[in-house]
Amino acid sequence: MNEQNDLMILDAVERYIRGEMLPDERLHFENLRKSNSEVDQLVVEHTLFLQQMNRYAERQDFRHTLQDVHNGLSEQGTIDIEPAQRGRVVQLWQKYKKVIAIAATIAGVTAIGLSMLVNTVAPATKDPKVIELANKVNEIEIKTDNLDKKIQHVDNKTNTTHNTDINMAVNVYGTGFLIDPKGMMITNAHVVKNSRNIYVENNRGERFRAIVLKLDVSRDMAIIKIDDDRFKPFSALPYGIRKTTSELAEPIFTLGFPREEIVYGEGYLSAKTGFNGDTLSCQISVAANPGNSGGPIFNRNGEVIGILSTKETKTEGAVFAVQSKYIFQALEELKGNPLYKHVQLSTRSSISGMDKVQQVKKVQDYVFMVKGD
Amino acid sequence: MKEAINEKELLKGLARNDKNAVETIYREHYKIIQTLIINNNGLADDARDIFQEAMIVLYEKARSGDFELNCQIRTYLYSVSRRLWLKRLQQLNRYSSDLVSTDNVVAVEDDLEEHNRRDAEFDMMNKAMGNLGEPCKSLLEAFYLKKKNMQEIATDFGYTNSENAKTQKYKCLVRLKKLFFSHYKK
Repeated sequence: MNEQNDLMILDAVERYIRGEMLPDERLHFENLRKSNSEVDQLVVEHTLFLQQMNRYAERQDFRHTLQDVHNGLSEQGTIDIEPAQRGRVVQLWQKYKKVIAIAATIAGVTAIGLSMLVNTVAPATKDPKVIELANKVNEIEIKTDNLDKKIQHVDNKTNTTHNTDINMAVNVYGTGFLIDPKGMMITNAHVVKNSRNIYVENNRGERFRAIVLKLDVSRDMAIIKIDDDRFKPFSALPYGIRKTTSELAEPIFTLGFPREEIVYGEGYLSAKTGFNGDTLSCQISVAANPGNSGGPIFNRNGEVIGILSTKETKTEGAVFAVQSKYIFQALEELKGNPLYKHVQLSTRSSISGMDKVQQVKKVQDYVFMVKGD
Repeated sequence: MKEAINEKELLKGLARNDKNAVETIYREHYKIIQTLIINNNGLADDARDIFQEAMIVLYEKARSGDFELNCQIRTYLYSVSRRLWLKRLQQLNRYSSDLVSTDNVVAVEDDLEEHNRRDAEFDMMNKAMGNLGEPCKSLLEAFYLKKKNMQEIATDFGYTNSENAKTQKYKCLVRLKKLFFSHYKK
């Protein structure tokens, strides 16, 4: 099933539920629904969703009516609070308005008199220290002004990134996966290298901004990091990253986003080296589509053994992957930056004993769609 | 008797989100709720919030097919508002003794339970919509809330044709469903 197919099915499901199908099409669709449990399930799920959407829309509409009516009546003065019900402070104020006014006048006159008295008594010469102090205050003011400008500048910068994120037109898709619980990820270089803005999206539809830390075009690999306050770091990753080369014929599975859904694929390690004997790559046999690139390749213990990268066009089923040991190498190079000096990759996998369904369930939250514009 | 028929018509209008019906009910019953709230530690804004929430409870009850109100609209709105305000006061750690007195009230606990459930669902959808970002949010609102067709949406959003708009809508919809169901199924 590809993207276009998915779109047509969901569109048909929606028209079916909304009763927008002609009798012929409807009959055809009902037969499809009977014979295909996946379609049937989609109908059930989407019916629930549309019901929720309708209720949401209805309540929004009703709230607008309420607000309109309230504002209308309020303008007419029909529902205003009556004077007798006003708060006590207001009543007191009205009662004692005059008295307060007189008291205030007396206080004002006294204050003016006092300040005049102080002025005449105080020495006329200006103390040089006071002037110096004032200059200093001025200086400080200028400094804070500059600081303010700088802050504003930074603010502007962050604002622009926020805005572009929202209105971004997506050009490139790929997959990425976390290599540390705080948001460091691996993906393919070609997904991110020409992009001004990058974001990643998990299988729950949540989107986060990300930045590139390291780009290796020759390996087609990039280390990126989620840079978004809404991202809550995980406590640990369920999978480890393998440091050594894997065995021939070892069964493997992949997770990736060739479409808007996360897709599972399985196969085996078919050669220990990659294209033309490249020792940092390996060859795997698995069904893969463009959006899969950058995705993790797991062995049966739930360890990451590679990163899905290029697909050789001539040979069917031959996919190349960067071996996971290269991740360690790439990270070493990144450690020159003190910020990432202490990042440790885990080699232990907490899902090794589980069956595949459980393993996939555990790891899918750590695999992201990567998009760039 | 005449009044009973009248109220039935009003509720039918309310269920249709008919502005006249809403205004009639508002005009007749707002002040009594406002007095209740203000006499019990509340402000005019609180009164508006509570009354409008009570109206939503009544609206939802009126929309459910098997609805029958076995008391006057006034009594119902009063009972619901009173419960809502008591709850709000508890949340604010404030307390008002007057509210405990046995006024003319009916049992509304079941309705409020249903209301709370729907409230939570509304919040989930609202949150999912909020997390969607633009242009997805506006696009889906145009289709599902404002009931525009794909041709209009294509024009409004500057897509070259309705097929492109459809593809974009599909992508946004898949994401909204994910965002919504990730909370709904919990």
